[in-house]
Amino acid sequence: MEIRVQNVRKEFSRYPALHDVSLGIRSGELIALLGPSGSGKTTLLRLIAGLETPTAGQIFFGDEDASSKSVQERNVGFVFQAYALFRNMTILENISFGLKVRPRATRPPKAEIRRRALELLDLVQLGGLDKRYPQQLSGGQRQRVALARALAIEPGVLLLDEPFGALDAQVRKELRKWLREIHDRTGHTTVFVTHDQEEALELADRLVVMSQGAIEQVGTPDEVYDRPNSPFVFGFIGESSSLPVEIENNEVWSGGRAIGLPASDIAAGPAQLWFRPHDVELVEDGAALAGVVVASRRVGGTRRVELEIGGDRQRVEVDLPFDHPAGEKTRIAFRPRRWRLYPAKG
Amino acid sequence: MPYDESDVLVYDSRRAPEAPDKHLRATSEAAWVRRSLIGIAVAFMLLVLVLPLALVFTEAFKKGFGVFLESLADRHALAAIRLTLLVAAIAVPLNLVFGVAAAWAIAKFEFKGKAFLTTLIDLPFSVSPVVSGLVYVLLFGAQGLLGPWLQANNIEIIFAVPGIVLATVFVTFPFVARELIPLMQAQGSGDEEAALSLGASGWQAFWRVTLPNIKWGLLYGVLLCNARAMGEFGAVAVVSGHIRGKTTTMPLHIEILYNEYNFAAAFAVASLLAMLALVTLVIKAVLEFRFGEELAATRRH
Amino acid sequence: MAVPLTRSTPLRTDARPAAGGWGFVKPSVIPGFGVTFGYALTYLSLIVLIPIAALFLKAASISPERLLEIATDERTLRALITSFGSSLLAALVNVVFGVIIAWVLVRYKFPGKRVLDAIVDLPFALPTAVAGIALSALYAPKGWIGSLFSPKGPLNLWIDAQLWLPEWIRAVEINFKIAYTPTGIVVALIFIGLPFVVRTVQPVLEEFEQELEEAAATLGANRWQTITRVILPRLTPAVLTGFALAFARAVGEYGSVIFIAGNIPYVSEIAPLLIIIRLEEFDQPAAATVAAIMLVIAFLMLLVINLIQAWSRRRFDDAV
Repeated sequence: MEIRVQNVRKEFSRYPALHDVSLGIRSGELIALLGPSGSGKTTLLRLIAGLETPTAGQIFFGDEDASSKSVQERNVGFVFQAYALFRNMTILENISFGLKVRPRATRPPKAEIRRRALELLDLVQLGGLDKRYPQQLSGGQRQRVALARALAIEPGVLLLDEPFGALDAQVRKELRKWLREIHDRTGHTTVFVTHDQEEALELADRLVVMSQGAIEQVGTPDEVYDRPNSPFVFGFIGESSSLPVEIENNEVWSGGRAIGLPASDIAAGPAQLWFRPHDVELVEDGAALAGVVVASRRVGGTRRVELEIGGDRQRVEVDLPFDHPAGEKTRIAFRPRRWRLYPAKG
Repeated sequence: MPYDESDVLVYDSRRAPEAPDKHLRATSEAAWVRRSLIGIAVAFMLLVLVLPLALVFTEAFKKGFGVFLESLADRHALAAIRLTLLVAAIAVPLNLVFGVAAAWAIAKFEFKGKAFLTTLIDLPFSVSPVVSGLVYVLLFGAQGLLGPWLQANNIEIIFAVPGIVLATVFVTFPFVARELIPLMQAQGSGDEEAALSLGASGWQAFWRVTLPNIKWGLLYGVLLCNARAMGEFGAVAVVSGHIRGKTTTMPLHIEILYNEYNFAAAFAVASLLAMLALVTLVIKAVLEFRFGEELAATRRH
Repeated sequence: MAVPLTRSTPLRTDARPAAGGWGFVKPSVIPGFGVTFGYALTYLSLIVLIPIAALFLKAASISPERLLEIATDERTLRALITSFGSSLLAALVNVVFGVIIAWVLVRYKFPGKRVLDAIVDLPFALPTAVAGIALSALYAPKGWIGSLFSPKGPLNLWIDAQLWLPEWIRAVEINFKIAYTPTGIVVALIFIGLPFVVRTVQPVLEEFEQELEEAAATLGANRWQTITRVILPRLTPAVLTGFALAFARAVGEYGSVIFIAGNIPYVSEIAPLLIIIRLEEFDQPAAATVAAIMLVIAFLMLLVINLIQAWSRRRFDDAV
């Protein structure tokens, strides 16, 4: 089911959480709401679920305005960060809960409920554990039960709030892959919230990068990584270095010299240059950025050095080949292979 | 259970928040349900709790302030007040020392039979006060186990002040311990171990590190202990013999006055104890309000 | 929201069994075990163990036939039934209203809530004798509440004024006596038992994760279903514990009850009073027997409470 968020604003009593957010979610896609603390991503998720009501704006499920519907009526499958499993019920009872509380008219017969619950238990690979209680399961298992419980009501949309936040790294990796598989198999529209950009890049069809209550960019992982449209997105996704520069004559200048990078589409004046540490080429001579090594550390198969550039000692990081002979105080000249320029903020 | 900080500014998802828009919370009852429940709860509490309290003060002052003061200045009343204060002054410090010692032993050490010790400490709460008094009569009374020996040595326990003190100590000794034990358990031994590693002796560690940490729990335990010590009735009734002027505490004096239909005087003395109870409650509320969060935070791991 | 300081539930220690080969006490850098444990044990022995031993010794010194005779004597049985029956009833009432009060105090806001929250502890803090005379005066035929139901009281007057009722109904005189009857006993026991239920249920409600309710709502449960299927089951151990505590306290209660009860043998005489009467008759064996019976039952109640706590810890992974 497709979801449309239209000019939604949400204010809590002392604090505005979302400013004028609009978003279109396509039916069947797996989309991530990504951002740091306070970005409003969980608030947006809860607004879609109906656990909060917007101060202004509307949310549409398909063609219907969802604000007329209560949480119970929206038929959303919500998976909470802390699982929120009912401890007084067995796993099977937890999964069956959504079906058991349906009004008589739409409630399936008991045998049917049991069958469906067991089926879902198998789907999440926990078959045989139906009589256990949540306390007897590991974190990863509990999360899978939470998902099965949400799936049981055949939701129009699945909403997951930092689903893997409380798990350790290994389990997280496994569950990520597994979530993607489940999604591909069942085809539900799925929205999940995370602050882990690796997770978002790996899992999602599209990402919604948020910061301080607003959407910075919406796009596929490639779009967001390769063509970030704001300094925030550039800095948040992947690794980055940035440097204040001057734009003159459609060229980038730093420390009073042109550094060999063309700059069209941007007004003359102060700007911020952003690039990724591994996306640079070392240059012997010619127009380049030059700096002095002040620190160096090993990252994976390369050497990451911190350079001090120019009179005002700006610091950037670049990756050098692992066996590069640079030591402290060595002078390194380089040019980014790919970069973005953003006008400097006043 | 870790939770993401991402919306800690917006709400703490683990506790029911005070919803700013009450009726818009997705998980709250209909307004009429809320109002009815509040109505029932308030009505019940007014009826059961507030009304008796109000009656105490109303009856105490019904015949005017003059009569009120007279009742308190009466010689037997004064003796009762003195005795009550005396008993409390002995029982509370004794139980304070016990409470601290027991809490220290239980919270800082592992030993066999700990559960047995804590059950013993909880005992007075499950035992009828009359039984509490009775056991001392059976032990020290004229026909009791030690009775003959006591009489031979001219020691009076039952029907005298020592008996009353004993019975009061029995009934009130858990209060301080029960406050301190969970508190000290939650706080752990980390601070004391740090002090020891810095060269402090056991005593110093206790005075400078433990005591400041437990001071509010200690204060509250002492308050409760005192309130109960001054108000104990059943146990003291058994042990005291009701000898007016000598072995009547305030609660016993109240009983005597009431049975003589001297209501104004009875409620006058009762109002003193009721005021003590109110003071205890107020201090408790203040302590909880200001330090409850702190204490609760140390209780949660 | 402040968390209450009082623990109205029994102490629970995470006592680990002796493992790793240490003897009585696990060695520790912290000093003072000998002093504190020794002092505590001595104190407890003097104050508690020896006197209670005296009780059982006394009871044991009676011949078994006499013991049985006392225990099954009509008056003793009646007193025990009065005590236990009234306590049961009072504890049940306290469960119903105590849960409502705890719910209202935790979840709703209304003017004066803080004051009412503090007042819940009044029965803890108020001396039993004061409560006793206050309740007695309140429910006596001339008292504020007792008079409502008396022959010349407002209830009767109001019924008389309802001219649309048939004559024979209006002629009936309601004379509902509360004080000096078994009803009065129940009323007094309700007073002293209320905080036990409220203070035991409150922390559980306060700690209750809102997410569980939200989960139930997203799954389609309406408010009533959420309350009955998700919230109340989680409260069960707390409610049971509160009930047991209120019941145990009520059974032994003396001061609050003695004034409002009629104290008529076989009718409205409570067991503690019977003990005192036997003492005054210099019949120590009888007094000791009744006391021993009550003590045994008190131990059993403590045991039950501890079992409930252990069960709830196993089932729900946290204690009440």
